[in-house]
Amino acid sequence: MWLADVFFYLFAVLAVASGAMVIMAKNPVHAVLFLILAFFNAAGLFVLLGAEFLAMLLVIVYVGAVAVLFLFVVMMLDVDFAELRAGFIKNAPLGLLIAGIVLAELIMVLGFRLVKPTTLAKATVPISTVAGIDNTTALGRVIYTQYAYYFEAAGLILFVAMIGAIVLTLRHKEGVRRQSIAAQVARNPKTAMEVVKVPSGGFTVPDKVVDNKPKEKVGA
Amino acid sequence: MMQFLNSIAPMWPELVVAVGALVLTLWGVFRPDNDREAEVVSWLAILVLGVAGWLILSQPAAGSSLFGGAFIDDGFGRFMKILALGASAAAILLSIDDFRDHKVLKFEYPVLILLATAGMMMMISAGDLLSLYLGLELQSLSLYVVAAFRRDDVRSSEAGLKYFVLGALSSGMLLYGASLVYGFTGATSFAQIAQVAKGANAMANVGLVFGLVFLLVGIAFKISAVPFHMWTPDVYQGAPTPVTAFFSAAPKVAAIALLVRVVTSAFPGIAGQWQQIVAFLAIASMLLGAFAAIGQTNIKRLLAYSSIANVGFALVPLVTNTKEGVQGVLIYMAIYVVMTLGAFACVIAMRREEGSVEEIDELAGLAERNGPMAAALAALMFSLAGIPPLAGFWAKFYAFMPAIKSGYYILSVIGVLASVVGAYYYLRIVKVMYFDKPAKAFLPVRVKVGFVISVSAIFVLLFVIAPSPLVNAASTAAASFRY
Repeated sequence: MWLADVFFYLFAVLAVASGAMVIMAKNPVHAVLFLILAFFNAAGLFVLLGAEFLAMLLVIVYVGAVAVLFLFVVMMLDVDFAELRAGFIKNAPLGLLIAGIVLAELIMVLGFRLVKPTTLAKATVPISTVAGIDNTTALGRVIYTQYAYYFEAAGLILFVAMIGAIVLTLRHKEGVRRQSIAAQVARNPKTAMEVVKVPSGGFTVPDKVVDNKPKEKVGA
Repeated sequence: MMQFLNSIAPMWPELVVAVGALVLTLWGVFRPDNDREAEVVSWLAILVLGVAGWLILSQPAAGSSLFGGAFIDDGFGRFMKILALGASAAAILLSIDDFRDHKVLKFEYPVLILLATAGMMMMISAGDLLSLYLGLELQSLSLYVVAAFRRDDVRSSEAGLKYFVLGALSSGMLLYGASLVYGFTGATSFAQIAQVAKGANAMANVGLVFGLVFLLVGIAFKISAVPFHMWTPDVYQGAPTPVTAFFSAAPKVAAIALLVRVVTSAFPGIAGQWQQIVAFLAIASMLLGAFAAIGQTNIKRLLAYSSIANVGFALVPLVTNTKEGVQGVLIYMAIYVVMTLGAFACVIAMRREEGSVEEIDELAGLAERNGPMAAALAALMFSLAGIPPLAGFWAKFYAFMPAIKSGYYILSVIGVLASVVGAYYYLRIVKVMYFDKPAKAFLPVRVKVGFVISVSAIFVLLFVIAPSPLVNAASTAAASFRY
């Protein structure tokens, strides 16, 4: 049992420390790397709790996709972090005040639980482990049946996000030449070629090949 | 297949709206990208909403629930859903011509409204913290996008961004509250929470009360009750006017319904705790809405403060925690939705050759230029001010009566005083229209907008003749809860 405790404290300390480093690191790339470390430690905590599936999701989705995206954004955007930090210092007293209030509230809530065992008893732990079923199977059994409603609703929310991103950012630029495979395949010598007479010593611009503008320029 | 469909019969309306949104997306993508096609999609979206409304009306009177209580179908839900569907349909109707003028008529708008409406219906039917949150997010995300729908307009983009950032913050608070409630009751379903959260122990359970407070903060943001109203004037002013009309009607209905359902079905055991909070929200909203609107010159900002005040009035009867109280909330919301849609339709009709105008002074002398529109707007303003015998007076009557019966005299007196203060700025619009030197005439009112204006004006004028259908429907709906 003591091994689990050792690992709990290892993961917990590292998670908190790397969380602090995320906001304290000077280099934004380092901040994102510390964020990844924090995710890994949180995944470790999930494993200790017996939630392997969540742990794997955290690593695959957050580290594999979200944090890498963050890295891209941080590296591609030229953000002046010194300027951001100036605002941080200016607003620090207010931030500290709010943090202090929230901390006091948390201590009140948690302290209450520690002081009074009756209150502690009210905080129930509803997740019971079922013998012989690992939690991936357990999730798979309920997510498409009992929780199908939530599952579908989450799908609709992602759909809204997709439509929103398209409708707010997509611009159809004029004059952009897109590949149309159907049109390419449908070409035949009649439509693709045009025989023009070039006057000697002059020039001509073919009709169909360049744009669709009606033009028939023959010059000398 | 039929057996499966029959087993989920209570949620057919939701399915029709959600599937309708998906089908219309495909329709819009595969049809040419022009104004005419976008208008066709808008009409089809209204048709989808109509079908969903018809399905709701044809459901059996006895309520039922699905997915272990996550989805509740009852009279209360049906009343609110009909309101939300009607308000959404009106919002789509109002948008068509206005968006064409501003060159943003796109098929995505009706689709997003449909998705938002699906979210609202989920919120109204929510019987579980999870479905509450998912419905709320489905609705809110769609609203953030439509707020910024005129993406080339700085104010519209600002409105969308502001709404998004503050909305995300409020969702965070709501989730924090939900997690505390879950932690201290061990349940996410409202029925189970109600079983645990009762008695003297629950009243003294600080963690549970903390959870309740954060939950209510999140919902208070969505209904823009003071002190969580800061976003409202900016978003209402910045968003395109048809979108503002939508914001002030359907999402408010859904969020109020959610609030009523959460407090009456999940926390009846600790009513004393939430009654204080709701009473504070009501008083603060009524007062701030009344006083802050006085100095406004922009009519959209004025109506934003008006909607804040109206939310305050709607919360007054809820404080009593009685059947009459919930009935008062329902009647108030029904009448409010009609009035606010009519008022915003008048704002949409304020357009000249050079574009839409939003200043109150532009209405000067409207009575000479466009008598019917001035008369309709005057009727709506008198109604919002609560002058008998118009509908707005009866809304306030049914809102304050339960409070007085239950002995909340101070709350009622503050409410009546706030409505007297509010009457000033409503009547000022009437004065500007009828007694000021005429400004330049507006372009003629379009048919769709005129239709909404006339329906709402006729409703507020004639409500007094036959109030019983609405009152009885609200009474039946309010009987869905145990008090």
